[in-house]
Amino acid sequence: MLRTRVIPCLQLVNESLVKTVQFGKYGYIGDPINTVRIFNELEVDELCFLDIRATLEKRQPNFAILHQIANECFMPLSYGGGIRDAETARQILSIGFEKIVINTAAFANPALISEIASHSGAQSVIASIDVKKNLWGKYQVYSHDGTQKEYVDAVTWAVELERLGAGELLVTSMNREGTYTGYDTDMLRSISEVVNIPVIANGGAGSVQHIENAIRDGKASAVALGSMVVYQKKGMGVLVNFPDRVELEKTLAQ
Amino acid sequence: MGINKITIVNYGMGNLGSIVNMFKRIGIETQVCDNAGGVAKAQKILLPGVGAFDAAMSRITAIEGMMEILDQKVLVEKIPLLGICLGMQLLTDGSEEGQLPGLGYIPGGTIRFPVSDELKVPHMGWNLIEEVNPNPLTKDLPEEPRFYFVHSYYVQVTNPYHRMATTNYGFDFDSVIQRDNLFGAQFHPEKSHKFGMKLLENFARL
Repeated sequence: MLRTRVIPCLQLVNESLVKTVQFGKYGYIGDPINTVRIFNELEVDELCFLDIRATLEKRQPNFAILHQIANECFMPLSYGGGIRDAETARQILSIGFEKIVINTAAFANPALISEIASHSGAQSVIASIDVKKNLWGKYQVYSHDGTQKEYVDAVTWAVELERLGAGELLVTSMNREGTYTGYDTDMLRSISEVVNIPVIANGGAGSVQHIENAIRDGKASAVALGSMVVYQKKGMGVLVNFPDRVELEKTLAQ
Repeated sequence: MGINKITIVNYGMGNLGSIVNMFKRIGIETQVCDNAGGVAKAQKILLPGVGAFDAAMSRITAIEGMMEILDQKVLVEKIPLLGICLGMQLLTDGSEEGQLPGLGYIPGGTIRFPVSDELKVPHMGWNLIEEVNPNPLTKDLPEEPRFYFVHSYYVQVTNPYHRMATTNYGFDFDSVIQRDNLFGAQFHPEKSHKFGMKLLENFARL
């Protein structure tokens, strides 16, 4: 049977690897190429790269870095950030990335999701939803790296993205991101229960227990790890790492 | 036969960059080729593929002389060919995904995964393979060989002797097949770490 995918989700700003807390200011982690070499050695399931400033800075994806990443990695790769048209998506796929992550562009041009899906297959499109829980407990969707509120409910938007042809959803809790407090399992479940495509939980992972919660309670199909795989511990220095395989498999075994 | 250059058939569908990268990592020369003349010189052929069955078959048949040269190379000269993912499905007689006949090199069909609440389609992620017949492709793989899969259709060979490895997704389906010099792998070796590296190396050393 399939293993639950545990995916390091790495944030880029152009050619640097960074990490944010709750979508705020970012801290510098290091050189992405050295980092992916380590993840390649660790034989992780999959890697996701998000250039979190490409859209805001109106930049194209950094193709030079993506080329270098693809040359180092022998696992499935996804990339998001600054992709506005199908041609850019096609270029990234041709480098050796399997999946394109679309967030902001889906609001301005929902047909882009369908266009990439019909050309390269639904499995090559991950639609990303950034969700913030407001003071009244309502889940609001944001685009532009969490800076622009979109007037659509998270569950409604998830269903729409599936209908448009997305093959997976990357669902990020903006409140939990970088906090090590665990995934927002209620929010994840509300989405996982209404879509048929895999949901990748993101935002808040701090332990293997949290991963289990996202799968069992949040009904997610896969999990993304951020701070946990680039820092030693919360509040401590940079250390590229991955949870112990044996512990992971024991926890996730059905 | 030693290590020959691998000719990768580029018919416009599939992620060739990763395949070239992995062969480069294991020190094997490749040549990406989109015409019959190039395939005519091949010593070993890799048939990639991601996408829909009919789109793939019609693109291959649209390349002038491609079908004829493939038949000549693999059926007459009997050089090794490895189809991966959709490329493996193309080796069968046909697919439920489309109307066009397949290459028909290995008797069998390609079938849609049943829809169920438990198991999502596509079958996507890392799964184990189990060798059911000894064969050169899955020989000496590292322990608990796992590979990265993405597919909504699976292959069922007619002759059990052509079934080399199976994978379980609710039931066992054929994940590695072989008939003489013709091989197929349902997963993506180029995305499967040391397991894929070993399998591609095995193919290169045939």
